[in-house]
Amino acid sequence: MDFIRNFPFFGIMLTMLAAIISLPMRGRAAKTISLTVFAIETLLAASVLIYTVHTGESFVYIMGHVGAPWGNELRAGVFEGLMAYFFSVVMLLSVSGGLKHLRLDIEESKRNFYFVMTDLLMGALLALIYTNDIFTAYVFIEISTIAACGILMIREIGRTTLAALRYMVFSLLGSGLFLIGIVLMYDLTGHLLMENMRLSVELLVLSGQFRIPLTVAISLMTLGMAIKSGLFPFHFWVPDTYGYSTPASGSILSGLVSKGYILILIKIYCRVIGWENLVQIGVTDILFVFGLAGMIVGSISAIHQNDIRRMVAFSSAAQIGYIYMGIGLGTQAGLAAACFHVLCHAVTKPLLFISASGLADASGGSKLFRDLQGSAYRNRWAGIAFTAGAFSMVGMPMFSGFISKLLFATAAVQVSVARMLPTLIVLAISTVLNAVYFLRTVIRIYTPAEQEIQGSMRIKWTQQRSYILVLLVFIALNLILGLFSQYIADAIQLGLSMFS
Amino acid sequence: MFGANLFANLDEMVAIILFGIGFTTLLFNRNIIKKIIGFNIMDTAVFFFLASMGYIEGRAAPIVVDGVTSAEAYINPIPSGLVLTGIVVSVSVTAMMLALSIRLYRRYHTLYLDEIYMFAQKEDK
Repeated sequence: MDFIRNFPFFGIMLTMLAAIISLPMRGRAAKTISLTVFAIETLLAASVLIYTVHTGESFVYIMGHVGAPWGNELRAGVFEGLMAYFFSVVMLLSVSGGLKHLRLDIEESKRNFYFVMTDLLMGALLALIYTNDIFTAYVFIEISTIAACGILMIREIGRTTLAALRYMVFSLLGSGLFLIGIVLMYDLTGHLLMENMRLSVELLVLSGQFRIPLTVAISLMTLGMAIKSGLFPFHFWVPDTYGYSTPASGSILSGLVSKGYILILIKIYCRVIGWENLVQIGVTDILFVFGLAGMIVGSISAIHQNDIRRMVAFSSAAQIGYIYMGIGLGTQAGLAAACFHVLCHAVTKPLLFISASGLADASGGSKLFRDLQGSAYRNRWAGIAFTAGAFSMVGMPMFSGFISKLLFATAAVQVSVARMLPTLIVLAISTVLNAVYFLRTVIRIYTPAEQEIQGSMRIKWTQQRSYILVLLVFIALNLILGLFSQYIADAIQLGLSMFS
Repeated sequence: MFGANLFANLDEMVAIILFGIGFTTLLFNRNIIKKIIGFNIMDTAVFFFLASMGYIEGRAAPIVVDGVTSAEAYINPIPSGLVLTGIVVSVSVTAMMLALSIRLYRRYHTLYLDEIYMFAQKEDK
C-alpha cells in the first residue's frame, strides 16, 4: 500500500512525459494519449485520496533523496487527493466534451499542440496541488500560464489572439507580484519548503519583528493570485478570455486554471502563514470586501450580455467572488465552504460552457440570445444539460450550488454581525441576480422559435453520443456533490485539519 | 528614524523602484513591444533583488577551488539558483508574448492595443 506514496510524483511526470511524446505525433494519436493520461490521473488521484483517508494522515514525498530543509518535496493529504481527483475528472470531461469544436476551430496540422498544452496544464495543476515548495509553485504557475495561453491562442481568429494577449498581460502582472512576494518571504524566513517557512513565520510573529515586510509579502502574493484568478476589480480579462476561446479551453480555463491559483493561495495561507496570523494581519478583510463586490458586479455585468458565452464568462467572475468571500470570512467554516465552492464551480462551469456550445451548434453557430430561442428543442440533450447547470448556479436544492450557498450561509451566521449581515444580504441579492440571468436564458431556449434562423438544424442524439455522455457525467457529478455533500464537506474539513 | 535604513538597503530600494517601473509599463503602456520590455524590467528587478539579497560582503561564490570547505567562506547558492530558474521562465514568457504580438501585427498591422481593439470590434459587426 505504501507504494501509493509515489503516485503524486508519477502523476506529474506522466503528464510531462505525455506532452513530450505527443509533440511529434498526429492530432489523433495525441488525443488518445491525452485522454488516456487524464483517465490514469483520475485513478492515481483516487488512490491517493482513499489511501490518505484510510491512514488518516498526510505524507511527504521527498524528491531525489535530499530531505528538508534543502530538498524539494511533494505533499499529499485528503485535501490534495480530493482536489486532484476532481481536477482530473473535469479535465478529462472538458477535453472530450469539446472535441467536436477542436476539430472545427484548430487547423489539422496544429491539433497535436492542443493536446501537448492540455497535458502540460494538467501537470502544472497537479504540481500546484501537490507541491510543498513555494518556488516550485511559482514555476508551475508560469507553466500553467503559458499552457493556458497556448490553448487559448490556438484558435486563430483576431478576437481570440487579442484575448490571449490580454490574458497574458494580466497573468504576468499577477505572477510578477507573486514572485516578488515569495522572494520577500524567502528573504524573511530563509526557507522555501512550506513547513520550515511556517516555523520561521511563527518565530517572527512571536517576536514582533519584520511585521510590515511580512504583511507586504502576504499582500503581494494575495494580490498576484487575485489578479490571476479574476477577482473583482481585476476581472476585465475574464469575459474575452472565456468567451472567445474554443469551448474546451473556456471550460478548462474557468473551471480549473483559475481554481489552481486559489488552491495554492489557500495552501500558502494555511501552511506557510498560518490561518490565525492571516486573520490577524487583516488580509481576509480585504478579500471579504472584494469578494462581496465581485459577487454583485459579476452578476450585473452578466445580465447585460446578449451573448450566452460571455454571460457564462461573467458569471465566473461572480463565482470567484463567492470563493474569495468565503476565504474572507476568516473562519475555518468559511474556508471549507470556499473549498466546496471550488469543486462546485469546477464541475458546473464546464457543463455550462460545453452545453452552450451544443445549443449554438443547433442555431447556426450563433451565440446571441435572439438566435438561441428554441434551441433546446433542436438539441434536447444540450438543453437539459444547460438547465441542470443553470439550476446548480442559481442554487436549486439537489444540485451542488445549493450546498455551497448553504455552507456559505452557515459559515456566515457563525461570525460577528458586522460580517454576517453583509454576507447574507449579498448572498441573497446575488442569488436573485443569478436567477434573473440564468433562468431567463433557460426560458429563452425553451421558448419555441418564431422564425427559422439561418443555418439552424435539429441535432439528433445519434450524431453526438460521446458529447451526450460527457454532459450526463457532468450532471451526475453535480448531483453527487449536491446529494452526498456531507461526505465531501467532511473530506474537505479533514484535509484542512491536516494542513496544520 | 525614518530613512536610516535607506542607504543600507540601497540595492533593494533600486530593485523595488525598477519593479514599479516595469509593472506600470506592463499595465498601462498601449504598445505591445513596450509592454514586453516592461515585463522584462519587472522580472529583472526581482532577479536583482534576489541576487543582492543573496550576496554577503567578503564571501566567495560557492565553488570549492582552494580546498576551503567551511560554509562561512561562501554565499548561499540557492538565491542564484532561483535567479537562473526565473530567467528561464522569463525568457519563455517573453518568447510567447513576442509570438502573440507577431500574430496580432500580421493581422491588424499595428502594435497599439487601442487600435487593435478598435479593428477587432469593427470585425465583429
